[in-house]
Amino acid sequence: MGYGFEALTYNIKDGYLEGIVRGHKTGLLTAADYNNLCQCETLDDIKLNLTATDYGEYLKDVPATLNTSTIVERCTQKLVDDWSHMRAHADEQLGTFLDYCTYGHMIDNVVLIVTGTMHDRDHTELLEKCHPLGMFDSIATLAVATSMRELYRLVLIDTPLAPYFSMNLTSEDLDEMNVEIMRNTLYKAYLDDFAQVCQKIGGSTAEVMGDMLAFEADRRALNITLNSIGTELTFDDRRKLYSNFGLLYPHGHQELSMAEDFEQVRAAMEKCPAYIPIFSRMSYGESQMLDKLLYEEEVRRSVLTFEQQFHYGVFYAYMKLREQEIRNIMWIAECVSQDQKSRIHDGIVFVF
Amino acid sequence: MDLWRSEPMQRIRLMVPAEAAHETIVSLGEIGLVQFVDLNTNRSAFQRTYATEVKRCDEMTRRLRFFKEQVEKEGLLKDGIGVDKDTSLDELEARLEELERELLEVNANSDRLQQNRSELVELQLVLEKAGKFFEEARDAVQPEILEAASPLDLSAPLLENAQLGQQKVTKVGFLSGLVAKEKLENFERLLFRATRGNMFLKHCEVGSLRDPATGEQVEKHVFVVFYAGERVRTKITKICEVYGANTYPFPEEAARQRQMVSEVTMRLRELSTTIEAGERLRFEVLNTLAANLTGWCGRLMREKATFHVMNKLSVDSSRKVLVGEAWVPVDALEEVKDALVTATEVSSAQTGTILEPMHPEGPPPTYFKTNKFTEGFQSIVEAYGVARYREVNPSVFTCVTFPFLFAVMFGDLGHGFLMLLFALFMVIREKALGKVQNDMFEMLFGGRYVILMMSIFSIYTGLVYNEAFSMPTSFFGGTKWVCQAEGNETLPDIRLCQGRSLSLLVDGTDPYPFGLDPVWHGTKNELTFTNSMKMKMSVVFGVLHMDLGIIMSVFNQQYFRDQLSIWCEFVPQILFLNSVFGYLAFMIVYKWCLNSHFALPNPSGPGTVNRGTADLYNVMINLFLSPGTVDPAGELYDGQARVQSILLLVAFVAIPWMLLPKPLILRSRNRNGRQEQPSGEDSGTGAAHGGAKEGAFSFGDVMVHQMIHTIEFVLGAVSNTASYLRLWALTLAHSQLSVVFYDRVLMLVVELASDPAAGLTVRSVLQIFIGFFVFAMATLGVLMVMESLSAFLHALRLHWVEFQNKFYNGDGYKFIPFSFANFTKDDL
Repeated sequence: MGYGFEALTYNIKDGYLEGIVRGHKTGLLTAADYNNLCQCETLDDIKLNLTATDYGEYLKDVPATLNTSTIVERCTQKLVDDWSHMRAHADEQLGTFLDYCTYGHMIDNVVLIVTGTMHDRDHTELLEKCHPLGMFDSIATLAVATSMRELYRLVLIDTPLAPYFSMNLTSEDLDEMNVEIMRNTLYKAYLDDFAQVCQKIGGSTAEVMGDMLAFEADRRALNITLNSIGTELTFDDRRKLYSNFGLLYPHGHQELSMAEDFEQVRAAMEKCPAYIPIFSRMSYGESQMLDKLLYEEEVRRSVLTFEQQFHYGVFYAYMKLREQEIRNIMWIAECVSQDQKSRIHDGIVFVF
Repeated sequence: MDLWRSEPMQRIRLMVPAEAAHETIVSLGEIGLVQFVDLNTNRSAFQRTYATEVKRCDEMTRRLRFFKEQVEKEGLLKDGIGVDKDTSLDELEARLEELERELLEVNANSDRLQQNRSELVELQLVLEKAGKFFEEARDAVQPEILEAASPLDLSAPLLENAQLGQQKVTKVGFLSGLVAKEKLENFERLLFRATRGNMFLKHCEVGSLRDPATGEQVEKHVFVVFYAGERVRTKITKICEVYGANTYPFPEEAARQRQMVSEVTMRLRELSTTIEAGERLRFEVLNTLAANLTGWCGRLMREKATFHVMNKLSVDSSRKVLVGEAWVPVDALEEVKDALVTATEVSSAQTGTILEPMHPEGPPPTYFKTNKFTEGFQSIVEAYGVARYREVNPSVFTCVTFPFLFAVMFGDLGHGFLMLLFALFMVIREKALGKVQNDMFEMLFGGRYVILMMSIFSIYTGLVYNEAFSMPTSFFGGTKWVCQAEGNETLPDIRLCQGRSLSLLVDGTDPYPFGLDPVWHGTKNELTFTNSMKMKMSVVFGVLHMDLGIIMSVFNQQYFRDQLSIWCEFVPQILFLNSVFGYLAFMIVYKWCLNSHFALPNPSGPGTVNRGTADLYNVMINLFLSPGTVDPAGELYDGQARVQSILLLVAFVAIPWMLLPKPLILRSRNRNGRQEQPSGEDSGTGAAHGGAKEGAFSFGDVMVHQMIHTIEFVLGAVSNTASYLRLWALTLAHSQLSVVFYDRVLMLVVELASDPAAGLTVRSVLQIFIGFFVFAMATLGVLMVMESLSAFLHALRLHWVEFQNKFYNGDGYKFIPFSFANFTKDDL
């Protein structure tokens, strides 16, 4: 489908779902809702406020004794239900795209189970912690594996993650460091693949998703760098974990891989015009704010995708927005339940 | 008349002592005549006074929903809504909590027992099936041992090898258990991969079982897996665990097996009796619940609604008084006062509730007392907009004009009769059908009286058009017409008229007494005749309908004492419309009264003129193009030229009359500092007054509004009149469609089938049967459903746009009293 001509044929197959997803987007909490939520004194108040929103149906039957995890779980259930409804109605191409959106959760789940098993956690408890969007049939079997090769041979070969894994297979035993490296290698392969799929779909999907994924890749590169400063990871190994696209590719990656402290990272990032505004909002020496600023940037970009029509980026953006909203709710609920109301505004990333 | 103007409303302030608040609100909810105004709009839901009570109610409703679900599962749910008024809210809460605990406990107990039982059942199955595996294997081994000389025989059963291996190398162990059917394939594959193929799995389907862990019915397989080595064993155990496969011990010796089987059977029997007792207990609990459930549900809905209303009152904590503001119909004030008094008595508060009228802020809500007949018409009007407080209500006329205009487009005796049957069905079975819950049907049912009226009018217009399923009737005697053939001879039999042009009324006799003469049917000039009649009729109805609309605006202006608008809007409007289109309507009627067949001597010259054939198009065109003269072809009566010049003059004067005086007078009033009458501003042309209303008087705004209004009216007079021609178009479409279905479908097969030589054959019966089926379906689907829908929509448009824009503001809001009566059982 050539660029500019999606308008002609898009609605034949995907118009309905785009309507649905735009409807869901208007159901996101507004600034007024957040305002009300921030004034809550107890978790019950939060529930009362949320029952007036799209989450109402999901929180209606929760018994009075609440905790944060129940609220978050119910809210996530809303996202999962929306998602599976859309997935069930999706045409082949959109279906593939929607699946691709969830592979990231799948990788996280694999890593979660593997690390959990290393620390001898109960596997049912681990399964509960997994993100429901990233579930696959044989996920529970992950607990059986003891080495990377086994992990691949026993379980992952049946999942969509198999190609990412087989590219980077090592026979090392599983330990904390290796798992983390595995997560990042998988993510790299996944993002590269996803970007390619989006390019293949073409049209404004390629354009919009190109932006979204470039940001995602750069953010991962930034995080990898920050987390690996002061560890035994060599510069070359670090470099290998960066994705092969994004605004920082390739020169920014070169500099990032050499960075040894936050200021160097910052200098490397600021060479890219798109990231100057993020860093200019942070004073020197203050790195805690970075996460929130990155989330804000992500939300901003996600909201912008809704400005264009006839592309798949809105689905990805909706997932991101809903997840951010759930993170916000979790933050508010935690602040309320731990009596830290003064910090409540620090963690919220407003969607609009 | 209740429907003419909305009920007068009174804004009241209630001062309720805090201890009597609940009772007071409940008693007001019972009479359902008070609409409370929210005085706490700036507070969010949980900051309000009674937020905790609302939360309590929510929690209790959650419990009730849980009970309802449980009771429904057992099929004990009762219908209807009751209200349990005896128990206090606190008691109810305690009771519900206790019941929930009890029910949960009972459920947990029975779950545990069920789990035990399913485990035993599974064990039993494993013993049985796995035992069978071993027996089969043993049987197969016997002949094998005889020819044991060839140990490499691949067809030898694995078990034998295993047994051999047992003696030689390592111990072959096995695990037995059950796994879900859909997981079996993956399970086997994973086992294979994990042991690198060094295992043997045997399985056998056992059907649907209750899973001990989840309590759901799952299709399961019994499996036995053989393996070698202890390390593999841990791996397999782990895999089993991950796949939710329950493993059970299986003794190798036959004697021990038999012992276990009998043990399990015995325990199962014991368990069944226990489970039965548990179920009985549970059933009893649910039964008592079911008896009270509807009452409690109704009670809680009321409580919740009451607290929501109480949250709308503003609270003065120091004085222990709640202050509420509300709208009440003036008629109902006494009733409300009585309710307040009883409430005070019931709650035994020391001071009574004080009710004081107050000066209204903002416009009052609009409240019409409708009955089940007017309800449908009122909702048609309100779909456009709720009437402004106290303005005239178009529904009064809509009750008649709406079905009438519909029938003009849907005129057919037969179709009207079918619709009448449907409407009567709904009206007579009103009570039973009222319970049906289906969006489509509810909509039809809500408009049952509208449909009834529409069908009656359709029958009437059907008689006028003389059409029953497109066929003419001759209820009122035969025709008085004769046919003229090509020469001037007349045909003897009227039936020969079909396919010829018809003319000439038989001299000296009266025309057909009511409606269209049936003889027109099928003649060559039938369409020319009916078109002319229906088109003219549409214009006449249109002009009358619009005149009615303009006259309605006087009622508003009179009521709101807006003399200025009467003289500067109503008068020029009615003059303008009637001097142009009213005159057209007059000419149409006048021409109908003339006999078109006999020429009169020309008064102004030689020869004769036939005034009955005057061309109205020409008259209308010449009215504007050459005022003061009349084309001889368009002369209808003497002195026509002078009358027409006067009318044209009036129409031209009316336009600046509409436009200029009103803004100018408003300006001069404003300049002289004269107080405008406050009520004068609520007049029919609210938009025109917008500028004057809000503080500073802006002449520019008023002038622009008046200009828009004038242009709209003048252009609207033309376009709206043309718009009424849709009446003609739709009725033409309707009659032509029904003719097509009748002639081209039904009559065609009848002709095909009626071969006089062959008589009645199976083929002809079949043909007629199919032909009639197609005809009936087309009549129902196309004419009764689609055509009636389109006629309905066009009638709707004529009312909303052409009629109501002459006078209707429709910017009010509805009176929605706080009432317990509207709850349904699904609200919980």
